[in-house]
Amino acid sequence: MAGSRNWQPTAEAFALPLLSLAGALVLFGIFVALGGRDPVAVWRLLFVGAFGDAFSWQNTLQRSAPLMLTALCVALPARAGLVIIGGEGALVLGGLAMAGLPYLFTPPAGWIGTLLLLAGAAAAGACWIALAGWLRVWRGVNETISSLLLAYIAIAVFKQLVEGPLRDPASLNKPSTLPLAESLRIGSIGSYDVHWGLVWGICLCVAAAFWLGFSVHGFATRVAGGNPRAARLMGLPTGRLVVTACALGGACAGLAGGIEVAAVHTNANAALIAGFGYTGILVSFVARHQPLAVIPVAILFGGFGAAGSLLQRRLGLPDAAVQVLLGFAFVLILASESLRGRLFTLPAPLRRRTSIAAVAGAR
Amino acid sequence: MPALALQTFRLSKHFGAFTALDQVSLDVRPGTVHALLGENGAGKSTLVKCVVGYYRADEGAVLIDGRETAIPSPTTARALGIGMVYQHFTVVPGMSVAENLLLARGRVPARIDWRAVRAELEAFMATTPFRLDLDARPLELASGEKQKLEILKQLLLRPRLLILDEPTSVLTPQEADEVLGALRERAHSGDCSVLMITHKFREVSAYADDVSVLRRGRLVCSGSVADSSPQLLAQAMMGEGRVAPVTVGRLQVAAPGAVRLQIEGLRVMGDRGEEAVRGLDLQVCSGEIVGVAGVSGNGQREFMQALVGQRPRLAGSVTLEGRPFHARRAENRSQRVRSLPEEPLLNGCVGELSVADNMALREFDQSPFAWAGWVRWRRLAARARAWIEEYGVKTQGEGAMIRTLSGGNVQRAVLARELSGEADLLLVSNPVFGLDFAAVAEIHGRLLAARDAGCSVLLVSEDLDELLELSDRIVVMSGGRIVFQTPARDARRHELGAWMGGRHETAAAPQERAA
Ligand SMILES: Nc1ncnc2c1ncn2[C@@H]1O[C@H](COP(=O)(O)OP(=O)(O)OP(=O)(O)O)[C@@H](O)[C@H]1O
Ligand SMILES: [Mg+2]
Repeated sequence: MAGSRNWQPTAEAFALPLLSLAGALVLFGIFVALGGRDPVAVWRLLFVGAFGDAFSWQNTLQRSAPLMLTALCVALPARAGLVIIGGEGALVLGGLAMAGLPYLFTPPAGWIGTLLLLAGAAAAGACWIALAGWLRVWRGVNETISSLLLAYIAIAVFKQLVEGPLRDPASLNKPSTLPLAESLRIGSIGSYDVHWGLVWGICLCVAAAFWLGFSVHGFATRVAGGNPRAARLMGLPTGRLVVTACALGGACAGLAGGIEVAAVHTNANAALIAGFGYTGILVSFVARHQPLAVIPVAILFGGFGAAGSLLQRRLGLPDAAVQVLLGFAFVLILASESLRGRLFTLPAPLRRRTSIAAVAGAR
Repeated sequence: MPALALQTFRLSKHFGAFTALDQVSLDVRPGTVHALLGENGAGKSTLVKCVVGYYRADEGAVLIDGRETAIPSPTTARALGIGMVYQHFTVVPGMSVAENLLLARGRVPARIDWRAVRAELEAFMATTPFRLDLDARPLELASGEKQKLEILKQLLLRPRLLILDEPTSVLTPQEADEVLGALRERAHSGDCSVLMITHKFREVSAYADDVSVLRRGRLVCSGSVADSSPQLLAQAMMGEGRVAPVTVGRLQVAAPGAVRLQIEGLRVMGDRGEEAVRGLDLQVCSGEIVGVAGVSGNGQREFMQALVGQRPRLAGSVTLEGRPFHARRAENRSQRVRSLPEEPLLNGCVGELSVADNMALREFDQSPFAWAGWVRWRRLAARARAWIEEYGVKTQGEGAMIRTLSGGNVQRAVLARELSGEADLLLVSNPVFGLDFAAVAEIHGRLLAARDAGCSVLLVSEDLDELLELSDRIVVMSGGRIVFQTPARDARRHELGAWMGGRHETAAAPQERAA
């Protein structure tokens, strides 16, 4: 039973993203070399800044927590057959709910209050992405475009409220909401400088993997995503399954926003709109929408983000330079899909083609 | 003479530990029609895919006009003048027929002069036995029409060797005669050689010059059609020890029972916004097979899709045992409705999932295969193994992706899922597309057995022979309506043909013959 059929897809699943990432690093090296910097130093700093010492590891893990959750916002709808790229919108709404709900009622102090607020954040995100799914299923609107546009609307709503009715009068040049009560915040894990959001992220990735792999509902979702016609033949409620998957994904992204507010910013302000939702798209695609693979990939990309500030400090590269790296990675990851199923057979035809030319030339 | 000679020399192909082709040496003489026979999973598709460079053979060589030729990719094959019609459709579903034909030529100019291209295509179409609407999109075409488009695509290239992988499995016998007649003419005039895979002995004896038989990856016999007989070929296909099963007679044991499925005034929208089913009325009784005949594209596809829940209904009522039926999961289960869709890989399976997953689709959410919301994969896998054994599905295990199975074996896997357990209503579309004769007999036997057990069967088929063989009652569908019905024993082929051809449009009113 063993043989090419069994190991090739698995090997490809690892080789394709790794090769694309390597390609992105090479291209990024060329890019910085054109800017007059030493690419080898940049590569070294990227690594040191991400995984060099305990401090950079903490920074990396801190950043990877929201990435895991926003990646799930892409991965879960993707398994139901939808390409959702508006996780950023769900994230900011989640953050807004986290900071805004205490204006409406006084949550109980302590972890019960935190959980309550997080539930609100998740619900806000869930509604937003479910809306994109609903538009797709019942009105035929392309979900990729609509989720992106909905994200812009969410960001506008966020700014409007934070800079208007919810603004803390004490926040002068950086409009913010009132800070979250001390007892409602999310703290660090032990003595490390990593907050509990990381545990949330890892647990939800594992839970999502179990849901997809072993639950009746998760399997039905995969069927609906894999072939809607077959799903309808089986009488599965495809529309409902798709919208539910969107809601679950959106809830994860909303949670990411809530956690960022409760653990990092302590209030909702524009710093929350940091692009985690967009990097999450990349993470999910590299992980091929497999929740378990999301965990290591999110840590890797968290590392790139962490290294960004080091590049700025040591080499004077702009903070956004890492975005260029991510851009290269995204394009190559998408392009590498065209090699799937052919990676290991590819060299042979190339070789043969040249030999035909040689034969033809000889004749 | 432009026709090419094709030989393969000890061609072998392995998929992992599995040997799909074992030292096959085939010889296609130029200017002849060569038929390739074999059971489902014998390796026929694999052989021709190796020839056109879709797969790379592990050992052996391909000789074109006697010279060893490396064909690393289908592009090379095309450059050599080898055309291939694949078993699975390769047309671009969302592009029009004209665009598909243009694409097939490979070189597309930067600016397309559509007027000239259309004129050219119309002229080309006139030289072939088929007519297709240049503006239709394959998405909207029935399987038979798609198959014609595939063949047209290849003919447009004026191939010197044309390979067809089961070209007639989705055509009616009349259409098949047209197509094969035209191909044989081309071959005998020396324009091209034809290598054709088929499961139908009739086509072999009527149209082929030579015939070869594959069994489990080996070439077991090869020679002139004149020296062979269907019996000998069947024996070669099945092997010495196994005898071909006999088809069960059509004899109905009991008279049909009460009306079970009642359809009234059903209207369904087609893909292009036109009404494809226009006020269809039909009844199916228990213990009865009702066969729906019709030229493809007369609304049969939309009708069946609406019945099984793949397409919304505009109007009309469908009741099952007096209760409204919308093909929801709970209804399918409580009323015991099963269906065999056409093109099962496209309509009834998730290609990326395993055979076991696909076999689980009907029951993964109910006891004993689910518990408290969790699927019991181990039980489902065990049952899948049992079904693979029972239905003779050739696969490398229940964990293999279903789209790696040969066409006939996908069909068997679906059959196992849909026919096991007792059904009260079976909705069946073209159930034996691409199956070898043993499998055809087996499926027909199972449908008849279901009927004898009291099941109602609604059978849509483009093959009139199949309908005449199986049905108790035959109805003819044309223009989205039932225009004629008759008990099968009184049915006459030419009369059905006339109704299928649209006789109702000239007749004053649709007449019905008393049962
Ligand atoms: N890509 C693949 N990976 C693994 N196994 C394969 C692959 N393609 C074909 N096979 C196996 O090789 C065998 C031969 O398949 P092939 O498609 O050639 O059969 P076939 O003779 O064309 O049958 P059919 O009449 O059903 O079309 C089958 O058992 C099939 O499962
Ligand atoms: Mg085949």
